[in-house]
Amino acid sequence: MFKYLISLTVALLGAVPITVSAETSILNVSYDVSREYYKDLNAAFITYWKEKTGETITVNQSHGGSTKQARSVVDGLQADVITMNRSPDIDILHEKAKLIPKDWQGRLPNNSVPTASTPVFLVRKGNPKQIKDWDDLVKPNVSVVIPNPKTSGNGKYSYLAAWGYVVRKGGDEAKAKDFVTKLFKNVPVLDTGGRGATTTFVQRDIGDVLITFESEVFLIQKELGSDKFEIVYPSVSILAENPVALVDKVVDKRKSRALAQAYLEFHFSEKGQQIAAQHYLRPQVSATQDQFVRVFKPLELFRVESIFGSWSKAEKTHFSDGGVFDQIYTR
Amino acid sequence: MSATNTHLSQYQKYNQRVSRNRATSEVAWVRYTLIAATLLFLSLFLFVPLATVFTEAFRKGAGTYFAALSDPDALSAIKLTLIAAVIAVPLNLVFGVAAAWAIAKFEFKGKSLLITLIDLPFAVSPVIAGLIYVLIFGMQGWFGEWLTDHDFKIIFAIPGIVLATIFVTFPFVARELIPLMQAQGKEEEEAALVLGASGWQMFWRVTLPNIKWGLLYGVILCNARAMGEFGAVSVVSGHIRGLTNTMPLHVEILYNEYNYAAAFAVASLLALLALLTLALKTYVEWQSAKDAIEIEQE
Repeated sequence: MFKYLISLTVALLGAVPITVSAETSILNVSYDVSREYYKDLNAAFITYWKEKTGETITVNQSHGGSTKQARSVVDGLQADVITMNRSPDIDILHEKAKLIPKDWQGRLPNNSVPTASTPVFLVRKGNPKQIKDWDDLVKPNVSVVIPNPKTSGNGKYSYLAAWGYVVRKGGDEAKAKDFVTKLFKNVPVLDTGGRGATTTFVQRDIGDVLITFESEVFLIQKELGSDKFEIVYPSVSILAENPVALVDKVVDKRKSRALAQAYLEFHFSEKGQQIAAQHYLRPQVSATQDQFVRVFKPLELFRVESIFGSWSKAEKTHFSDGGVFDQIYTR
Repeated sequence: MSATNTHLSQYQKYNQRVSRNRATSEVAWVRYTLIAATLLFLSLFLFVPLATVFTEAFRKGAGTYFAALSDPDALSAIKLTLIAAVIAVPLNLVFGVAAAWAIAKFEFKGKSLLITLIDLPFAVSPVIAGLIYVLIFGMQGWFGEWLTDHDFKIIFAIPGIVLATIFVTFPFVARELIPLMQAQGKEEEEAALVLGASGWQMFWRVTLPNIKWGLLYGVILCNARAMGEFGAVSVVSGHIRGLTNTMPLHVEILYNEYNYAAAFAVASLLALLALLTLALKTYVEWQSAKDAIEIEQE
């Protein structure tokens, strides 16, 4: 009996694959809501790679809250590539663990940003509160659903978009602060993530308007039919870029650099951009953009850097403990 | 059978004596209110959620239910959960018996410290348990560099999940056996030795038969926890689909993706395991009570 147990244990331990065979598989560590997009993109890339080299490969996926995912890679999760919805979550790989060089964004086209989205408004059928632009959100009887900017990239982008809207109209910092204060007074609940905010608005029927990524808004319409909600494009919004990077220390150890590089380049290819568009992510490589104009309304979009200097500055001023958001929301 | 009957009649007599005592009886309405409150509480917090799991799982029909369970990612999650349990439970069984043996039958320095250490996983939050392994084996941790250089994967791979599972299920067997072995004393073992038994003979023929029901009970609880563990495993898993997701982690992912039917389908599998565990546990308790009565009668 005892011997059996031991041999069984040894056999099982031996059977556990400690390392997956090198270079024929890569791991993509990604943010929370990119699952559907990567399911299609990975399938297309696997076919492409098979045709090109005859090799059969696997692309493994790990999804989760973006900051948590980045932390796992720092702690040793063997990600060949990391695909996030904010550049600070990739910067951290350099800052905390020197896994990638500081200038990682310069290594791929368009600052390593193949796709982007932007916060837009979703209102109930017929737009009963007549919401047209950011100004309408701060009216006293309007209830706005936004995820928590402290915990969610989605919420951060919406907050910064509102702030940038005031600044671009010529308002100063005090005016912008006053505007977002009024805006967040109209927020009945702060969900921790984008999907949670969607549930609040769609399933629990709370709020007159939901501010979330365009990609999420299209998905809601696709899932629930376009007869219940309407999309409203504000006059201006922020560009929410989805950067990608290969993790140098990991690919060099696993000898998977060529494959990882090809995978990332595939994001920028015609096919990769098309798949992104099918999932309502705005393709960012100009050559292919024209054909998507029908889907994506041309919008005036500004970058985080143009208003706030850099992501890390925006993060520090607005979302750190005791930062502007804490001041305006706790009151 | 007759032994059981005699025992039962004794029990009834005892019961009558107790119910005649005014200190142990209450007026009817107090009793019924208490019973009703208990039933209400039980149904609200146990039966209704359990029923919800199954109704939600079958909401979109049996087809969706079985499709969710035979999805490759679900199958790999089930497999990984079983691997973790199959490794953790036997190890903890051996460890638990050894520890309980040492603690119950011998006197040594630091015994109470050992008991405290065995209880540690009960006291520590599972998330902390997971983080401990990240801090030790993670790339920024104590052995991180050495492990990476020698290409050992501990966390974010199966060994980490197994380690975390072993940690949180550590005390179950030992905790179950220690009081039992202490109560039994060491006379029988001593008698066996005096009569010329070897160490192994004594263990197999005297000790093990005495503790078998307690041991089984501990193993069942240990297994239930090993399969259901979420917190510690979540920290060390890395959440790679089809590779390092266990069943509880898979349930969370499906739920977060609005894939309610599939999430509840996998959850129902876990619930079934729990029910099976409960049935086994009840059977073991009943068997051991029967054994105890028979021994008494002899």
